[in-house]
Amino acid sequence: MVQGLSRLKESASQTAGPYVHIGLTPNFVGISGVYERDLGAAMVADKTKGERIRVNIRVIDGAGSPLKDALVEIWQADAAGIYNSPSDLRGSADPNFTGWGRLPTDMTTGECMFETIKPGRVPFFDGRKMAPHLTVWIVARGINIGLHTRMYFGDEETANAEDPVLMRIEQRERVSTLVAPRDGDIYKFDIHLQGMNETVFFDI
Amino acid sequence: MTKSRFPANRTPEIGAFFQRDRNWHPPAFTPAYKTSVLRSPQRPLLSLDNTLSELTGPVFGHNILGELDNDLIYNFAGPGESAIGPRILVYGRVLDERGIGVAGALLEIWQANAGGRYRHKKETYLAPLDPNFGGCGRTITGEDGSYCFRTVQPGPYPWPNGPNDWRPAHIHFSIFGHGFAQRLITQMYFEGDPMIWRCPIVRTINDRRAIEGLTAALDMEATMPMDARAYKFDIVLRGRRSTPFENRIEGS
Ligand SMILES: [Fe+3]
Repeated sequence: MVQGLSRLKESASQTAGPYVHIGLTPNFVGISGVYERDLGAAMVADKTKGERIRVNIRVIDGAGSPLKDALVEIWQADAAGIYNSPSDLRGSADPNFTGWGRLPTDMTTGECMFETIKPGRVPFFDGRKMAPHLTVWIVARGINIGLHTRMYFGDEETANAEDPVLMRIEQRERVSTLVAPRDGDIYKFDIHLQGMNETVFFDI
Repeated sequence: MTKSRFPANRTPEIGAFFQRDRNWHPPAFTPAYKTSVLRSPQRPLLSLDNTLSELTGPVFGHNILGELDNDLIYNFAGPGESAIGPRILVYGRVLDERGIGVAGALLEIWQANAGGRYRHKKETYLAPLDPNFGGCGRTITGEDGSYCFRTVQPGPYPWPNGPNDWRPAHIHFSIFGHGFAQRLITQMYFEGDPMIWRCPIVRTINDRRAIEGLTAALDMEATMPMDARAYKFDIVLRGRRSTPFENRIEGS
């Protein structure tokens, strides 16, 4: 026998189910008067620094239909590439930018639209710069553990080409599943859960 | 959500997270839970060492909380009214895998009412709505990771999957630790409920011990006398490597 390591196990994940909105965006489903506003609905304020953009996200199932009951969260750096988090020790983030957004997909169209700013570049752990990106987390009925992916920007070809995370994707044709094309001020990011265009998801 | 609202006497941790045990969590594809069939990625996940994008995460201050946010019996009820059902406290701690309390973690919960009915337009169960029960609550853990809610015990409910599948009584939990890689949604079950082991969603988890880890114990010692019984539910988030020796360059 040896001494035990006395570690605990992470609580096992369970699906967010069909009623995730009740807990996380109650005002969206008409439960008003409990919270003033749904958390994560507004990422930017008037004084937020950086280029204003919109990000349109859909989550598409194996039959090709967009999920109308999904919940999407995004996490990103500010315009200077700093995260609004105590664990980012490199400096103070823009106080007028939360860096975190949460939206339900529309119950008719399956789309959600984040109003945010384009993030700056953040260093990889070895110091190389990553291309600007959003971290995206998806939960829904039928998803047993939240899915992590990233969205990169279609108009950042040079930065994307040298991004250490994108470079790690062996099947090069799959890189495009993480890059959202730009149309005006809107980036359109379709996340495919299955199929020919299955999005790259991360075990982080 | 600024750094100043983070518990003041803690040094932020920046170590990488312990790897997630994917055999302990439910796999994505679980055909007995039918909705997972078309919603489960089929390609392998790409393993990625944590970068700042995963090591950091939003932190929420107590300023977002209203006084009744953690009291579901009263937070939706009309003046002088309260929700119907067995009154309970749900309390415990948020810990990480090293057993260290996670301070400042945001917990958000949602649940059906005592009859098993959700306040949601897609809900079709014939059990009635309780006009005084909304079904959501939230709180932020204290310095030692502790938290407490007051609510009514939710009822079991049938759901469309197999011809006669019922969910055990449960409360949904969403948890924010300090890094986005710790983000977790799970469910709490109640000690002694015979419906737990029949449920296809519970059984997406393969390890019995992992299911027991989601089952709250009745704790009569923590009861509020003549008011509410208590259930204790500890939640464990991923631990972080605490690096006694600097062995890697973080950032630039
Ligand atoms: Fe439920």
